[in-house]
Amino acid sequence: MTEMSTTAFKDNVAKALADDQLQFAMTETGPRFIAKRTKAREALPEFDQLRDQARGIKDHVLDHLDIYLERYEAKVKETGGHVHWAETPDEARAAVLEICRKANAKMVTKGKSMISEEIDLNRHLEENGITPVETDLGEYIIQLRNERPSHIIAPAVHLTRGQVEADFRRVHTHLDPGRDLSEIPSLVEEARGVLRRKYLTADVGITGANFLIAETGSSIIVTNEGNGDLTQTLPKVHIVLASIEKLVPTLEDATTILRVLARSATGQEFSNYTTFSTGGRRPGDPDGPAEYHVILLDNGRANVLGTEFQDMLRCIRCGACLNHCPVYNAVGGHAYGWVYPGPIGSVVTPALVGIEKARHLPNASTFCGRCEEVCPMRIPIPKMLRHWREKEFERHLQPTTMRWGLGLWAWVAKRPKLYRRATALAARVLANQAHGKGRLKKAPLASGWTEFRDFPAPQGKTFHRLWKERRS
Amino acid sequence: MPESPPRVGLFVTCLVDLFRPSVGFAAVKLLEDVGCTVEVPEAQTCCGQPAHNSGDRADARAIALNVIAAFRGFDYVVVPSGSCGGMIVKHYPELFDTGSAGHEEALHLARRTHELTSFLTRVMKVDKVEARFPARATYHDSCSGLRELGIREEPRKLLASVEGVSLREMTDADVCCGFGGTFCVKYPGISDKMLEKKLRHIEATGADTLIAGDMGCLMNMAGKLKRVGSAIKVRHVAEVLAGDYATPPIAEAE
Ligand code: SF4
Repeated sequence: MTEMSTTAFKDNVAKALADDQLQFAMTETGPRFIAKRTKAREALPEFDQLRDQARGIKDHVLDHLDIYLERYEAKVKETGGHVHWAETPDEARAAVLEICRKANAKMVTKGKSMISEEIDLNRHLEENGITPVETDLGEYIIQLRNERPSHIIAPAVHLTRGQVEADFRRVHTHLDPGRDLSEIPSLVEEARGVLRRKYLTADVGITGANFLIAETGSSIIVTNEGNGDLTQTLPKVHIVLASIEKLVPTLEDATTILRVLARSATGQEFSNYTTFSTGGRRPGDPDGPAEYHVILLDNGRANVLGTEFQDMLRCIRCGACLNHCPVYNAVGGHAYGWVYPGPIGSVVTPALVGIEKARHLPNASTFCGRCEEVCPMRIPIPKMLRHWREKEFERHLQPTTMRWGLGLWAWVAKRPKLYRRATALAARVLANQAHGKGRLKKAPLASGWTEFRDFPAPQGKTFHRLWKERRS
Repeated sequence: MPESPPRVGLFVTCLVDLFRPSVGFAAVKLLEDVGCTVEVPEAQTCCGQPAHNSGDRADARAIALNVIAAFRGFDYVVVPSGSCGGMIVKHYPELFDTGSAGHEEALHLARRTHELTSFLTRVMKVDKVEARFPARATYHDSCSGLRELGIREEPRKLLASVEGVSLREMTDADVCCGFGGTFCVKYPGISDKMLEKKLRHIEATGADTLIAGDMGCLMNMAGKLKRVGSAIKVRHVAEVLAGDYATPPIAEAE
């Protein structure tokens, strides 16, 4: 399940469309997210101004990323923490494993981290005899199912309550089989009970980071369940997994972006928990880990700097573009075949795994623009999807038939006289085939269309022909 | 507004040209009714979106240059489509390097180009039309018109002035119908799923007529409505505003 299947996009889509449980789960949640965000946005008149500020902050960081990374590293060291640079997922996994081994870890608790998914950390830990335990409820559920998250902030959004209940009954065999799990709060309570025991026995806690602060060397995580706090304060060692673009200059900058983050994500003004970590436990601190490590992952991001794709690095992973995307809502996150689904995933994935392997993703968009409309960081997602299509075109990655068809069409479209004759003929032929019914059940070269729709027939003569007749 | 009647070049769009000339003639009527002189340059073909959206910049640029040349000298260029209008207004300038002659010309064309309903309301300052058209209608916002050109109230305002039209809003009128140009044939399953949702919202209004401003979306929605045997009639906004009740609706028998 954790394999990459971006190339199998069409098969994934077919499966997703035929999956009734998935379709049910998706119709339930999409509209809820949207309504909440709309309300939060309407309650904050300066929302769009904040978006501009947030964009400005990130653009500035990305233009000077090297400087801020250095500053950040120096600060982390000053506060007694360690920074590990990882260019590749391999290096990041190795760094995590080494820290775990030194701590003699048998079990690690984990807060929600997309970077952990990106580097496929759980599998690596398991292969090396360390048990990872996801503590975010959604992540916990999908870990039980050996699945990937299907959404950036709501990993189990593709599941129905009934599916989760079945999983809990399957796995939590130590609990009374007669218990009532028919309401969501009872599921949450049960997961909490199971996890509570793990926090205390874990040797290492791993979290992601929503922001890294250059000025103070702090990392910030934002959660709604408080699981992140327990994950990072109770074990002896805290590891932060973050990618390099998570940096912002100051705490104030982070606060500005936080104001648009929760509103865009869940429609909350602020998430329930916003937790800052700066270094490990100092003498006199009541709690906190003895060791504090940050793994900084690049994995191709530095290559994106300075290109037409740089804007994608402003993303704060709020998930708004997924919630508002009609394609995402039709097929769910797993169809995208890798870690990051939805509109921003279709921009990011080709950059991280290569356009050759992910060419379907930027194509599976109608350019409806709703993602860009809601993105708090004003990332021009459709424009970047189009840039990927340009790369695809340059490298001749499209299917030959499509390329030829398009080439032929363009050749004719550049020659108005020929175009007039071709369209006049097409209009006449198609109109004749419709036999006055106004539509066709089947049309040449249009099986993709007529599989689900009738094909509206032309009225018979082209506008240009009729215009000429009218003038003369 | 200039003293002499504004000289308008009609960009017909390839779909109106090939499939539904009646939309073009409705547009001409609406423009002439408000005092414009309308011409239809012969050298136009398509706005180039199929190339642009397929990553073929060179052909998109060549077609853009063709359109730029064809529409030189007009006071305004009017397009009965938000999508082709968006292509000319938003995307043509992006096809050329900033500062180049092509870029300047593209900007010059972009500034003069308007989608039909927004031209009537914003430029010609018209807020009603003289027309009769019996329809309990619902209006679908096509994506490019809405998000690239900010068209939302314009068609509704004009439609409200048509005698016999009553408008009812559908849920998610601003959500894509699943057309997306070549998208709908490259990923027909996803497109159909989007279309199914759209149809549910259309049907829930109890409307007998579906109106939109883009032939692509209209053909997509009409094709599906007819496939499932719906009696809902599908019309381009220009036809309703021009009171063209005689032409059969999209995908209906003569
Ligand atoms: S692209 Fe924008 S909307 Fe999508 S997850 Fe990133 S920040 Fe949020």
